[in-house]
This record gives sequence, structure tokens and C-alpha cells, in this order.
Amino acid sequence: MSLVAILFLAVVVGGVLLLVGAYNALVRLRQQVRNAWSQIDVQLKRRHDLIPNLVETVKGYAAHERATLEGVTRARAQAVSAQGVEGRAQAEQELTAALGRLMLLVEQYPDLKANQNFLALQEELTSTENRIGFARQFYNDSVMRMNTKVQSFPTNLLASMFGFGEEPFFELQEQAAREAPAVRF
Amino acid sequence: MWEAIAGNRRRSLLLLAAMGVLLVALGAGIGVFMDPGAGAAAGAVVGLVFFLVLSAIALLGGDDVLLLSADAREIRKEDAPRLWNVVEEMTIASGLGSPPRVFVVDREAPNAFAVGFRRGKASVAVTTGLLRRLDRDELQGVIGHEVAHIVNEDVRFMTIAAVLLGGISLLADFFFRYLWWGGGRRRAGVRLPLQAQLLIVLGAVLVAALAPLAARLLYFACSRRREFLADACSARFTRYPEGLARALEKIASSAAAEPPAVRAVAALCTVNPAAGGAGESLFSTHPPTDVRVRVLRAMGGGAGYADYEAAFRRVRGARQRLLAESLIGRAEAVPARSASTGESAAEDPVARARDVAELRGRLANLVPIACGCGLRIRIPGGFDPDRVRCPRCGTEHAVPAVDRAAAAGPSTAALQYRRRGGGWEAFRCACGAVQQLSPAFGASSLVCRSCGRRIEIVARADGRSTSARL
Repeated sequence: MSLVAILFLAVVVGGVLLLVGAYNALVRLRQQVRNAWSQIDVQLKRRHDLIPNLVETVKGYAAHERATLEGVTRARAQAVSAQGVEGRAQAEQELTAALGRLMLLVEQYPDLKANQNFLALQEELTSTENRIGFARQFYNDSVMRMNTKVQSFPTNLLASMFGFGEEPFFELQEQAAREAPAVRF
Repeated sequence: MWEAIAGNRRRSLLLLAAMGVLLVALGAGIGVFMDPGAGAAAGAVVGLVFFLVLSAIALLGGDDVLLLSADAREIRKEDAPRLWNVVEEMTIASGLGSPPRVFVVDREAPNAFAVGFRRGKASVAVTTGLLRRLDRDELQGVIGHEVAHIVNEDVRFMTIAAVLLGGISLLADFFFRYLWWGGGRRRAGVRLPLQAQLLIVLGAVLVAALAPLAARLLYFACSRRREFLADACSARFTRYPEGLARALEKIASSAAAEPPAVRAVAALCTVNPAAGGAGESLFSTHPPTDVRVRVLRAMGGGAGYADYEAAFRRVRGARQRLLAESLIGRAEAVPARSASTGESAAEDPVARARDVAELRGRLANLVPIACGCGLRIRIPGGFDPDRVRCPRCGTEHAVPAVDRAAAAGPSTAALQYRRRGGGWEAFRCACGAVQQLSPAFGASSLVCRSCGRRIEIVARADGRSTSARL
């Protein structure tokens, strides 16, 4: 009798421990997803901060290219105020395209391309584009791990019980794969 | 990745224990030799103390010891923006959290290594030769490899092992020197038959000769797998295996022609510079570079762990798994990206060489002054006369100094420096220490490193650089 009781108790304790472990794993994954998202946030902000400086520097050499410069400024303003994962992905993509046009234009100004200030900004911009790409990559990896956990069998019960949902991927429509910085210098 | 980390923790402890046993045995061996009576116990105690001291050094500051012995200098972002940015990019890609400290070794042989204990307190070091030879994609591959060592906690293992290995070699060296110089003057307190004496000498020599060898074997056996794992991680972080493959080729081809780097950190490097032939032996810390390159090239457009595992088997025909099942388990298609298209200045080899020359000058405390004739003069930081003559065209340049700011000005700083352009600039603080500004310097003030005074930096009014035409 007592042996049965002990066995029963052991099974119950073991089950509870398993549940706790699974729950904690879910929490850890969700935390990682959030951290990864905030990293994207930081890098996007970094890019937004670089742009006014870049526009100013280019203006010093090519002030009459008004349309392109304003396009960048406008795209930046939209990106800063965009909301939600999908909305922001969309706005950032437009900003990338506007920057691409700006950099194409820079090709015609050799003086500008030799400017130390511009070169430093260019390195920062290249790196920021890379960082955004890498941050997105890490975010999507984390989301995939989270979603796999939320969907697969024993944990899905727990997940639905405690309200762990699937997280959205941060995807760009044009190129699904992480393309090297689309900006050409 | 977690499986790899847990395994590394276990192996780190095991290695530590095994090296401890070796050190105690070595101590006992030397003790017996010096004094056949009570020497064994005393020697063992000395060995144990030595082990404890070494472990303490390794745990508390092993990374600093290694960096120091490799002659590595810590840099700030403005010293080498490209390197700094690539390190931060890889930090993000790996989810490491806080970026490692960045060091540069002024050495022509291209290589890189990582040291450290916790993920939050790690360092990566690269040589100036590496910076000069590699383009951005290649540098990313190498830094990705080093950051992977940090994420996988390989650096802890390697740092402990390197310090202990150094200690064991040192003790054995000491013993052989003693044998050479002082062995004849052994005091003859205890009378032993000749055979016994010979036996003791032989035994001690054997232990002293074998201990470093055994330590090395232990160490090397553990480190080769890690290199493949770090390569796999690097490919996944960068999504561009070709970058690392090209970098490895460049490093290997020039390493053959260069003298080896400092031995203590040789095993920590991306490609072991001390490795002689191309073959794989019991004593190689690293798998042969050409195998690593072939595996990376065989990944067939993928960049995930599963792709690396498949490529590894294709190349080696190995039956055993390289990566843990759970690492590959959540296999998804991870496509490799195409090469970076950025033809930025840093990708231009000439500009890269100039940047590295500047960096080397800064490492040696040299201040660059651009002369009108196109020559860049570098003067030592402590250069005394305030004027220097250009050796080519004879123009005199003032070694720039800060102005005293107007006392009534709104700024709180006593000193003020007005920027002359957007390029590299150097000037003297009132205390005589030379300050340098990079093109990317954007702050409104800086603090003198030697006297602590705050110096206000005033940007040029029109914001346009004149340095190009100087």
C-alpha cells in the first residue's frame, strides 16, 4: 500500500517538475524573442539617427537634388512613426529603397565620395544595415524556436493554458533571404 | 547550442583536474630527484600550490595574461571603425548580448583569437596583418568564428588550458635547466645504491618530459572539434560560408611564410600559426585548414548547421556526427546570402592599407599630421618641439595645441579645440598629452586621458571637410 503511495507521489512530483521545466522554457523563449525584438528596435533607431546627418552632408555637395533628399527625409519620418511588426517592416523597406536612390546619386559626386565625414557616415550606414539584417535574423531564429515549442505536443497544451502565442516573423516582402545591404556606394 | 555549452563546462572541469594531477606528479618527480628522502611529498605539495596559484591566475585574469603576452592593445571605436562595427554585428547575429572588448596585435601575420571567462567578459584580438588583408565579408567570417568560441564558452576552456599548459611547460623547463646547471651539485645526504639513483634520475626525467606532452595531448584532443563547431556557427551567423573560407585560405597561405606568433596564444588562433605541416596529427589544435575550407565550400548554398553537418560528412566521409542532433533537429532551410556588394572605401585595398597604417601609428602613440604635399607625417606623442618640418617639401607644421577658451563663454570646460576639418585630427591638451579625433568623432567634449581635464570640441562652422585638400 505504502509502496503504491510512494510510487504515485513520485509520479506526481515528477510530472509537476516536468511541467515547471516546460513552462520555464516557454518563458525563456518568449524573453529571448522580446530581447531580439528590442535589438531590432535599437538598430532601426540607430539608422534613423544617422539619416539627418547623412542628408546634411550630401546636401553640402548636391543641394539641388531636392526630390531624392526629401524622399529620404519623408521615408525616415514615416519609419519613425510606424506601428506594429508588419507596419514597421513595410516602412523600413521603403526607407531602404529611398537610401538606395540617394546612394546611387552620390555616385555622380566624386568630391562627396572623398569626404572624410561622408566616408565615416558610409561605414556607419553599411554597418547599421548589416546590424539590422543580423538582428532580424536572430529575431526570426528566436521566433521559430518559440513557435516550434508552442505548436509541438506536450508544450502546446501548456502554452494555450498560459496564453503563450505564436510570434510573427519580421519579413521583408521583396527578398525573403537576408540580402547584403541593398545600399550601393 | 546549449548541448555544446554543457559539454564544454564538463570538459573544462575534467581538464582542470587532469592538469592538476599532472602538475602534482611533476612536482613529486622533481622532488624525488632533488632529495630522494622527503622530496616526493614536498615536491607534490609544491606542485599542488603551483597548480592552485596558476588556476587562480587563470580564473581571475587569465585573459589579461594572455593578451599581455601576445602584446595586444585594446582599441576604441575610432581607432578601427570597421573592425569595431564587424565585432558588434557578430555580437548581434549571435545573440551574445554584450560585445567583447576589441584588441589589436601589431603583427604582419594575419590571425585572430578570443579569450575570456564569461560571455559578458570576453575579448577578441586580431592582428594588423589580418585587417590589412581581409575584406569585410572575410573579416565577418573570422570574427564570427571567434564570437562563436565565446558563445560556446570555448574561450573559458581554452584560456584555462593555455595558462595551465604554460605552467607545466615552465616547470618542466625549470627542471631541465636545473639538471643541466645544478644537477651535479646535489647534496649527498642519503646514501643510495647507484642503480636506485639512476632509476630516480631516469624516472624524474621521464615524468618531466612526459608531463607537458600529456598536457598538450589532453588539450589538443578537446580543441579540434570546437574549431569545426565554431566554423559551423560562423557560417550560420554570417550566412556566408565563403567569407570564412576565403579568410582561412588567406591566413593559411601567409602564415606559412611568416614567423609564428607568440606560442602561448598559438592554439587560440583562428588558424594555428605554430602548426608545421598540413597533416593532422595528435598534436594539432586545429584541423587542417584545407579541410575546413573544403567543408565550408561544400555547404552548397546553405548556411545552417544541417548544411555544415552534411558538408562535413561529404568531405571527411566520417561516420560519427560532428554536431549534436538537437542542434540540427530543428532543421530549416537557411540559405546563404550573396556576397556584399558594398564597394565602400574600406573594401578598397589601398584605403584599407592606409587605415591600418594609421592604426599602427596610433598603437605606437604616433600622431598623424597631413602635409600639403600629400605626405602624412607621423610624430611620436611625446614629441617635444611644437614645430615639425615636412621631410619632403620642407613646410613647417605646428604640432597643434588646444586654445584657452574665453572665460566668459557659456561652456564649463576650461579648454577648447576648434576642429579644422572632418578628418583625423590631433592636438595637444594643456598638460602636453596628445589627443586625437577621428572623422567619426561627434561628441561635444572629451576628457584628457592623462590629466583629466575636459576639452570642448567645437565643430567647424560650415561642416565641410577641408582635410582632403589640405
